[in-house]
Amino acid sequence: MSTDTGIQGIYFDNNATTMVDPEVVEAMLPFFTEQFGNPSSMHLFGNKVGLAIKKARAQVQELLGAEHDSEIVFTSCGTESDSTAILSALKAQPDRKEIITTVVEHPAVLALCEHLEKEGYKVHYLEVDGKGRLDLDVYRGLLTDQVAIVSVMWANNETGTLFPVLEMAEMAREAGVLFHTDAVQAVGKVPIDLKSSAIDMLSLSGHKLHAPKGIGVLYLRRNTRFRPLLRGGHQERGRRAGTENTASIVALGKACELAMEHMRHEQTIVRQLRDRLEQGILEAVPYSFVTGDPDNRLPNTANIAFEYIEGEAILLLLNKLGIAASSGSACTSGSLEPSHVMRAMGIPYTAAHGTTRFSLSRYNTMAEVERVIQAVPPIVAQLRKLSPYWSGQGPVEEPEKAFAPAYA
Amino acid sequence: MWEYSEKVQEHFFSPRNAGAVADANATGDVGSLSCGDALRLTLKVDPETEVILEAGFQTFGCGSAIASSSALTEIIKGKTLDEALKVTNQDIADYLDGLPPEKMHCSVMGREALQAAVANYRGEEWKDDHEEGALVCKCFAVDSVLIEETIRSNKLTTVEEVVNYTKAGGGCSACHEGIEEILAGVLAESGQTFAPSAKSVAVAMPTPPAKMTNLQRMHRIETVLESIRPTLQRDHGDVELVDIDGKNVYVDMKGACAGCQMASVTLEGIQERIIDELGEFVRVLPSQAMPRAERAYG
Ligand SMILES: Cc1ncc(COP(=O)(O)O)c(C=O)c1O
Ligand code: FES
Repeated sequence: MSTDTGIQGIYFDNNATTMVDPEVVEAMLPFFTEQFGNPSSMHLFGNKVGLAIKKARAQVQELLGAEHDSEIVFTSCGTESDSTAILSALKAQPDRKEIITTVVEHPAVLALCEHLEKEGYKVHYLEVDGKGRLDLDVYRGLLTDQVAIVSVMWANNETGTLFPVLEMAEMAREAGVLFHTDAVQAVGKVPIDLKSSAIDMLSLSGHKLHAPKGIGVLYLRRNTRFRPLLRGGHQERGRRAGTENTASIVALGKACELAMEHMRHEQTIVRQLRDRLEQGILEAVPYSFVTGDPDNRLPNTANIAFEYIEGEAILLLLNKLGIAASSGSACTSGSLEPSHVMRAMGIPYTAAHGTTRFSLSRYNTMAEVERVIQAVPPIVAQLRKLSPYWSGQGPVEEPEKAFAPAYA
Repeated sequence: MWEYSEKVQEHFFSPRNAGAVADANATGDVGSLSCGDALRLTLKVDPETEVILEAGFQTFGCGSAIASSSALTEIIKGKTLDEALKVTNQDIADYLDGLPPEKMHCSVMGREALQAAVANYRGEEWKDDHEEGALVCKCFAVDSVLIEETIRSNKLTTVEEVVNYTKAGGGCSACHEGIEEILAGVLAESGQTFAPSAKSVAVAMPTPPAKMTNLQRMHRIETVLESIRPTLQRDHGDVELVDIDGKNVYVDMKGACAGCQMASVTLEGIQERIIDELGEFVRVLPSQAMPRAERAYG
């Protein structure tokens, strides 16, 4: 949907995707025209490109703290990396028919697991508590020699909640089980040092850290048993065939370098912006609360539930003011269910539908935060006026009883 | 984000008749548990004439739920209860210049709230008989419950049959995996297994026809079209035969049918009916698809 607001937009939807950093654009552009060669070619058109990819690989390696640059495999996106990791583990260990994951993963993992269940695999979905946290004792009990792979996200895309993946990877290693983490939301926002961890595989996606869409990485620890998803040419040492997306690889390298430089900024300034936004909104809007684990989450994410109203309606009104955010409501996703993450945490329907995610980046400013703090309360009030659960200054008494519709 | 019409946006941003009617004498509360939307409709009905004097809504729901509620109240004000009951969810969608297929259930909710309010006014009990599942086919807005029930009651076993009975899967074909899954599930209930065939899904052709004169053939095609027209007219549309050229039957879709997404359903539907009637394969095409020279000179 488009709006003619005339105001400069405020982009608070960086967990969905990010703006490509102008320096990144500048770094990648020559690879469409001057440096268009195929890195595999035996002439100077290709040679320079090969060197550029090598540099990019080292930049990614640096951000991830990987031991070897050959552990970095470029893919087409986070989803491809996730699929490659999980399917590889199953193919390489045909006797192991179980997978451990969580109920709050991104569809890139969940939809694949649901599909694998139909093919006869057993998938254990770890549940979460009201703050989106896992029970590691339950996890420990599931780690048997039947499990081919554990796939647990580093940071949740909706709430920003961080999972203890370092600890979980150690536990998996002790049990002799492969460990993969979908770190699409974590890379660039939290410091990562893979060489000192027990993580075997990790997925990242360029467009979440100011690189373009359509480029991803699978980190693959040396000596991890692996079966490629795409076979063909020898690109990426035969682990991901297909001519390299050179411009985007160069871009991702640059983006990783910049993420490294801005890591402190992300951890301090962006966190302050987020905290101020959250505190400002919660103070001004009654019957609203933060979802997820406020003490242990990404520095850029605030997910706030506004009770008794619906998220898509909130987004449309915010959009009218040029403010971009996301919602866990059913109606924004095209499915009929509110977000599986909110349901997993046991958030009641009347609140789950009104969850709104504000996700910031290093491009946001305190002035923008203050504008959003001003904008939200009247929007919430306006929609509550329409809500059958609301009357005057608060929810109707015993809202679930006063309004108990006949459900279709 | 959704492609909302100007009209939907306008009714969302400035909803009409929002809030409860103060001295209402009819209330209808409905909700859709699956999508969490809920709606309360309050009416002030003239006890003498049964004319709806005032209508107000309160909605817990998305943009289209609010717009649909607003549209509904505008449509029914001034109507008698009986007239209002004739309002279909398609009428609500039309009033808003259309809703995305995923959002049609929002207009259904509006109509159900109205039925519930009328039942409430008349002291009857309103029971909802409509169950809604997840949307499977986006091209034709068909949900899983409808597909399941159709498979069960007609003992369907193939995707082709599901296309023929429900239209689901008859467009871009992206939903065929989902349809296969539903088929497998329903067949499993009775101990059967779904046997997919590798060949692509196509409408099965009937046995070869008995020979017919051209005139007979033309009459038969006209008869089929005549029999379909009342259905289309009910949806504010119409169809007209333009030309028959060998296996190609050219028609003009009119009114609400023209250009609407459902046109292809209707075209396909018409094609199937003609194929059944003639016992031979024909293609029903919009007249715009006629070869240029013929359109220019013919
Ligand atoms: C946690 C997580 N995993 C995977 C993905 C998918 O990444 P991509 O869009 O690059 O396939 C996303 C993006 O939305 C994500 O947030
Ligand atoms: S989604 Fe069903 S045919 Fe296109």
